Amino acid sequence: MATVLAEPNSPARPGDAAAPEAVVVRFAGDSGDGMQLTGGQFTLSTALAGNDLATFPDFPAEIRAPQGTLFGVSAFQINFGSTTIETAGDAPDVLVAMNPAALKTNVQALKPGGLIIADAGEFTKRNLEKAKYEVNPLEDGSLAKWDLLAFDISALTLESVKPFGLGNKEALRCKNMWTLGLALWMFDRDRAPLVEWLKDKFRKNPVLAEANIAALNAGHAYGETAELAGPLKKLHLDPVPTPEGLYRTVTGAEAVSLGLVAGAQLAELPMFFGGYPITPASAILHNLAKLKEFGVTTFQAEDEIAAICSAIGASYAGQLGVTSSSGPGIALKGEAMGLAIMTELPLVIVNSQRGGPSTGLPTKTEQSDLYQAVYGRNGDAPLPVIAARSPADAFECAIEACRIAVQYMTPVMLLTDGYIANAAEPWKVPDAAAFKPFPAQFLAANNNPAGGKVLPYKRDARGVRPWIKPGTPGLMHRIGGIEKAPDTGDLDYSPATHQLQTDARKAKVDGVAQGIPAQEVILGEAGSKLVVVGWGSTYGPIIQAVRRARAKGLDVSHVHVRHIWPLPANLGDLLKSYDRILVPEMNTGQFKTVLRDQFLVDARPLTKTSGQPFTIAEIEAAIEEALA
Amino acid sequence: MNDMTPIAKVQTTLKDWETDQEVRWCPGCGDYAILKAVQRTLPEIGADPSNTVFVSGIGCSSRFPYYIESYGFHTIHGRAPAVATGIKLANPELDVWLVTGDGDGMSIGGNHTMHLLRRNLNCQIMLFNNEIYGLTKGQYSPTSREGTSSPSTPMGSVDHPASPCAFALGSGARFIARGFDVSKELPGVLKAAHAHKGAAFIEIFQNCIVYNKDRFEDFAAPKGAEQSQLWLKDGEPMLFGSEKSGGIKGIALDVAALTLKVVDVAVGADGTPDWQAAGVIVHNVRNKAVAHMLVEMPFGPFPMALGVIFDDPRPTYEDAVLGQDSRAREGKAADLGKLLAKGQTWTVGAPVSDPA
Repeated sequence: MATVLAEPNSPARPGDAAAPEAVVVRFAGDSGDGMQLTGGQFTLSTALAGNDLATFPDFPAEIRAPQGTLFGVSAFQINFGSTTIETAGDAPDVLVAMNPAALKTNVQALKPGGLIIADAGEFTKRNLEKAKYEVNPLEDGSLAKWDLLAFDISALTLESVKPFGLGNKEALRCKNMWTLGLALWMFDRDRAPLVEWLKDKFRKNPVLAEANIAALNAGHAYGETAELAGPLKKLHLDPVPTPEGLYRTVTGAEAVSLGLVAGAQLAELPMFFGGYPITPASAILHNLAKLKEFGVTTFQAEDEIAAICSAIGASYAGQLGVTSSSGPGIALKGEAMGLAIMTELPLVIVNSQRGGPSTGLPTKTEQSDLYQAVYGRNGDAPLPVIAARSPADAFECAIEACRIAVQYMTPVMLLTDGYIANAAEPWKVPDAAAFKPFPAQFLAANNNPAGGKVLPYKRDARGVRPWIKPGTPGLMHRIGGIEKAPDTGDLDYSPATHQLQTDARKAKVDGVAQGIPAQEVILGEAGSKLVVVGWGSTYGPIIQAVRRARAKGLDVSHVHVRHIWPLPANLGDLLKSYDRILVPEMNTGQFKTVLRDQFLVDARPLTKTSGQPFTIAEIEAAIEEALA
Repeated sequence: MNDMTPIAKVQTTLKDWETDQEVRWCPGCGDYAILKAVQRTLPEIGADPSNTVFVSGIGCSSRFPYYIESYGFHTIHGRAPAVATGIKLANPELDVWLVTGDGDGMSIGGNHTMHLLRRNLNCQIMLFNNEIYGLTKGQYSPTSREGTSSPSTPMGSVDHPASPCAFALGSGARFIARGFDVSKELPGVLKAAHAHKGAAFIEIFQNCIVYNKDRFEDFAAPKGAEQSQLWLKDGEPMLFGSEKSGGIKGIALDVAALTLKVVDVAVGADGTPDWQAAGVIVHNVRNKAVAHMLVEMPFGPFPMALGVIFDDPRPTYEDAVLGQDSRAREGKAADLGKLLAKGQTWTVGAPVSDPA
């Protein structure tokens, strides 16, 4: 979030005379209230208005948790403004609470002086009980440190859609559009794209379309009239200055899907995607299932193991095999990853991390699968690991994963997390022609210089074996998970062979570091007093915290690592140039351990495992403490 | 065996299908006989080594691909059906054979076997059933008979065995056959399986000489075979036995009990068995109800049903998937630039109120 909001006690809220550079709004309601939809559409209108933005959808694991309960609350936070936005914001300036449970679970996050918009119509005795409120918080003064705007949104919605003759339940479903209409008014947004979207969404039921549009307009109109009195003020945020070009919003799951499609095209290969439904990774399967014209075949397997094994089979047969899951599913795929390592076949494994262990927190974010990615297989089983730092970055990372898999004949793991997968951000549409192709090579003729049988395990200078498609005349050979002789690949588990092949597999993966860019310093320079080293989705809060600290004159830099394994060749020397190293991560200190192990540096952890992303303030405080 | 585009038959001999690898099964293992039967069958069906893939899991049987001069993939325990599914969807032209065992295919990989059969992936699945775990040194398997004494069941196993053919039928398989390692009929069964378009499931009883020796002797031994083996042939009456071996017998339907029964068949004046008079039923490979009864016939009171038990093709999985893929691609260009710019976009540099 923007630096102008650095002072926690001077909240920028609609109502201040001067427009702030950025505002954080959180929509919270029952999981059946359509908050994710409201948030998504508000995001789109924000992007169309030219503001930079970042979002944080936060929803329960249950599809329809019992209505009105605390655990059934679904929230969507958006941070937007006329400056560069890199996180969904620490604390909201505005909280829209559709029921008592939504108020209770979200109000503590709201900035002091922030604005609460509450649907008073939902603060019934029964709903208050479900939210474990003994007295109505809208009436007992307990919300005094915030501005409160409570009115009966339910009744106003019912009134606005009355002409359409909907049933009570259907009519109340328009509540989210009423709320969205109010939000659009508050932030001076155009309603036209929303109206178009509603017409298209309900094209089979024009009455519902009209009712929703009426609710949207009514919410907007309410803003106009309520402005005369009370805390509600209209606020215009100028577009953020951004490089010229074509933009769209993209979520991490979309960006991964698009990046995989681009990667397969750059490799000049059809893509085979084997997946099994799991939160939050399923969106990738859904996205790719709609992209068959790009040479994509998707296969919903019977389980996680079949998903990866089918992808391995497809790679063996000459396509780019891809599989995707989240931690529990990745655990099941472990043995098959070993098979891909042993048979040295290209494979991309996407892990959209969530809170663990076991089922853990299915819909919440965490970075706790780093050990699993780097170390989590039987035997000495190295594979390259890449971590995306943001939804947009996931596009390039997916291409990079495809490139390494094809060029090094190896499985590659791409790490994202629940936050990246679901969050949206504006994305400058990349030029598809700007990426350098890496066409896959297949062996077409016998590679045995002495004649005789083909040598499937004859390595090139980088230690890479040839890719041989079954169906190629005359190149019949056998591969498998059992240890094999060099060159011939014949079954051989003699001591010397295992030593040699273990070393060869390690050397090949280590060699990937030669083909990746040197580690850069994102903010600051080499040799400062403190470096904050991050990976993955902690990018946003870290860069903002470091920026703020530097503005205060602190000698701190930010290094953000994409290539988790093997690490960039210069990273060790770079880290040793700093006096202190701080590693914030949403786990108990996994990357910190890897850095200590690889470089014998005194990396210090800053950890968080609440299922919520870091706030900027948390990292900023840790920076100050480290430099105190 | 893909007849989407008929594959040119290639002339080979048994020798062409032998690799230079030393075969590592125990001397006397039934796997040797199955290997030979397969190597004898492949030239007869005109298979092309360059276009043939043997895929296996883990276990004694799963070493099979190393000994066949074709493409081969020795995968991980139980997962061969999943790997084969990826292979076949990536290249449906490949002729895929799966080699698995009772542990690999019915226990750790039972789930994958079920789904491959249900989907009807066009391939041959040879399940070598020796009713024991051989490679891990003799533990009882999911097909071991009750009371099987093994290192893991010193007091005898207590669980009821699974019947691979009944499992396959229940999973929706469209081809079920049975044979045994040293049977001369095995190549014929393999040929029929290969000719079937879709998942063809073949249970091959296999003698584990070390851990479960002669388990199938009661029906596989040449002595008494006429009375103990029922070789099924489509369109022919279900007859077994002979006058010399104790009488000609047949399988009839007990209509009242809705079960099969063994009936004696008299020899008519012309010297041929009068099976019609005895009510012996004619084998119809498309009759799934009778197939269920045949695979469930308890050995002892009944002979062992062998040969092609069920053969009723349906559209294959890869045809359906790839057909859908090509329909989805019809008239669409793979324009990545367009895809990236899909959805609601806006142009920075143009007026903000005028989103692109």
